[in-house]
Amino acid sequence: MSETPTLEAPVPASPPLARYTRVPSPWLKVLWPVAALILLLLFDLIFVPHFFRVSVSQGHLSGSLIDVFRLAAPVMLVSVGMTLVLATGGVDLSVGAIMALAGAVAARLMVAAPDGANLSPWLAALAALGVALLCGAWNGALVAMLDIQPIVATLVLMIAGRGLAMEFIGSGYVDVHGALFNRLHGYVLGLPAAGLLALLVFAATGAFARGTSAGLLIEATGANKVASRFAGVNVVLVTFLTYVFCGFCSGLAGLVAAADIQKANAIHTGMYLELDAILAAVIGGTSLIGGRFSILGALIGALLIQTLTTTLTYKVPVEYTLVVKAIVVLAVCLLQSDTFRRKVFGGRAVA
Amino acid sequence: MKFRLDEKHYPLLATFVVCAMLYLFGAVSYRHFASPQVFADFFSENAPLGIAALGLTFVILSGGIDLSVASVMALSTMVIAGMTARLHVHPALAVLAALAMGTLIGWATGLLVHVFELPPFLVTLATLFLARGACFLVSMTPIDVSGHNALGRAFAAMDVSVGGIDVRARAWMLLALVLLGVLVARFTRFGRGVYALDGNEAAAKLMGLPIGRIKVGVYTLGGFCSALAGVISMSMISSGDPIKYMGYELDAIAAVVIGGTLLTGGVGYVAGTLLGVLILALIQTIITFDGRLDSSWTRITIGLLLFAFIALQKLLTRFRLGRGKIRFPAAPASV
Repeated sequence: MSETPTLEAPVPASPPLARYTRVPSPWLKVLWPVAALILLLLFDLIFVPHFFRVSVSQGHLSGSLIDVFRLAAPVMLVSVGMTLVLATGGVDLSVGAIMALAGAVAARLMVAAPDGANLSPWLAALAALGVALLCGAWNGALVAMLDIQPIVATLVLMIAGRGLAMEFIGSGYVDVHGALFNRLHGYVLGLPAAGLLALLVFAATGAFARGTSAGLLIEATGANKVASRFAGVNVVLVTFLTYVFCGFCSGLAGLVAAADIQKANAIHTGMYLELDAILAAVIGGTSLIGGRFSILGALIGALLIQTLTTTLTYKVPVEYTLVVKAIVVLAVCLLQSDTFRRKVFGGRAVA
Repeated sequence: MKFRLDEKHYPLLATFVVCAMLYLFGAVSYRHFASPQVFADFFSENAPLGIAALGLTFVILSGGIDLSVASVMALSTMVIAGMTARLHVHPALAVLAALAMGTLIGWATGLLVHVFELPPFLVTLATLFLARGACFLVSMTPIDVSGHNALGRAFAAMDVSVGGIDVRARAWMLLALVLLGVLVARFTRFGRGVYALDGNEAAAKLMGLPIGRIKVGVYTLGGFCSALAGVISMSMISSGDPIKYMGYELDAIAAVVIGGTLLTGGVGYVAGTLLGVLILALIQTIITFDGRLDSSWTRITIGLLLFAFIALQKLLTRFRLGRGKIRFPAAPASV
């Protein structure tokens, strides 16, 4: 043994008191993601011709910005649910699989009688949302009641969910149709209905989380489960409900994704979307270790990711997209890490 | 030292029992299932999964996770295919380059996790994208190397026939590597360090363990194993496909967990992972032999088994904690 054991306890250097006494404004939290989004949009303004051109065609607005808003709908929806789950100190890996499952259930129930149930699209969509809620409840039960590590607990559905979806519709594409899916695919007030629906969910969730004590309870649970329990917070119920909500959001995202291409698919729907959703939440200032979240930040994070993806399709060949995305993920992680900021920028961490 | 059946052996025992039951079920239900050739093929066909899962076992034992396994495997096949088919480099050189690439990715992951204390989940997510993106940089379409697949031929030359049964070279490699893994985990400083790390870094540091070296080492080993798995799969399929192994990381993680390793780290056996891989192979083979069930049932069954094992592990941990409390009443209730 060459090295001598160091006996200094690895206690992190205590941050300056000012960090605790000064409560930052909730708007300050979204400063960085907003700055990043503006920077990206400026880049688009200068380098991508016509990125900001919005024209009216066939009775609705169209253009790159409108496309971003429409295409961002699934990741926006999932990232709302994911944000709350992350805030409790958990993670939900099964969102992509739940999306695929919801789309598959809706498509299968709509198919004519011998194969499917020939249900009306509305009923089929309701059933799909019901299945998504059940999936969320299953995840929630495993995490909150059986106290299983979230990564492991949601891994079960992440693996089995796509299998179930394939059981319903096989590995091919199955049509979804009907007024509901046409409307989800269509435009309201000239704007994409899917994007507006996502915005609505964001607004409702934000209002509920911050207008009532729900947000505080979720943050308390994520910050310290034991202390929250002693303070009278029903930790089990709070955790359970966030997973149920995340399942619901994923189901909704699955319907939107199916409506967007007017088809359901068990394999490609929502593939790697869990990663995008986690990234959106983290960009938006939600802490991966729980106890801190920002719904507005997640919205901006989701828009940022979709803007980046759309920009990349214009500016770089398709084969570079993933590499650039990986570099962005790493950069965001590093900038969010206190250790990195301390080691690189020196001094105290910036909030 | 006398061997005593401990609670910590239960997950491994359960894995073994499930494995044996699946095999018996298959042998009774389907003709030719029990033939030695089918048994040998379990190892031959799943050597890449086994080797990738082997590296992952060490990562998970240390309390980390590696999501980039499948992407690095795919990149490894792309590097070999690109270098041999496009640049006409000698295959041995291409294999070395692929292995070096995987090791480098693993090393960089380890550094990011250790030096900047980033969550391994996020870092390996980034390397997942990076490696998959690098695959597309090499080529957007599959590269066929069947015309000059020296690698496949080299591996085929090493195939050994035991009593009329074809046992592929890659099956022997898998078994040898698992044996090596078991020895490393049990009898080396590195192996014991990996177990000691298990999420409680403070304790490991106070014990004087070089946690930085162990952590970086674990991810480097993981990256190397993934690249090696890619090399092996290259000898099987003789083409580099940029979208191959999408979602395969889940199978590898499932194999490790079903093999009795706790995802929280610290508890588990390298040999268990081989059993886990065998269980996945058995499920796959039973469904193929049956012919009535869709391949989608593979995923559903794996999911269900995963759940069963997680529940079992949970039960055992509770049981153990309960026993601990009775034995040492003075110990603090929370862990």
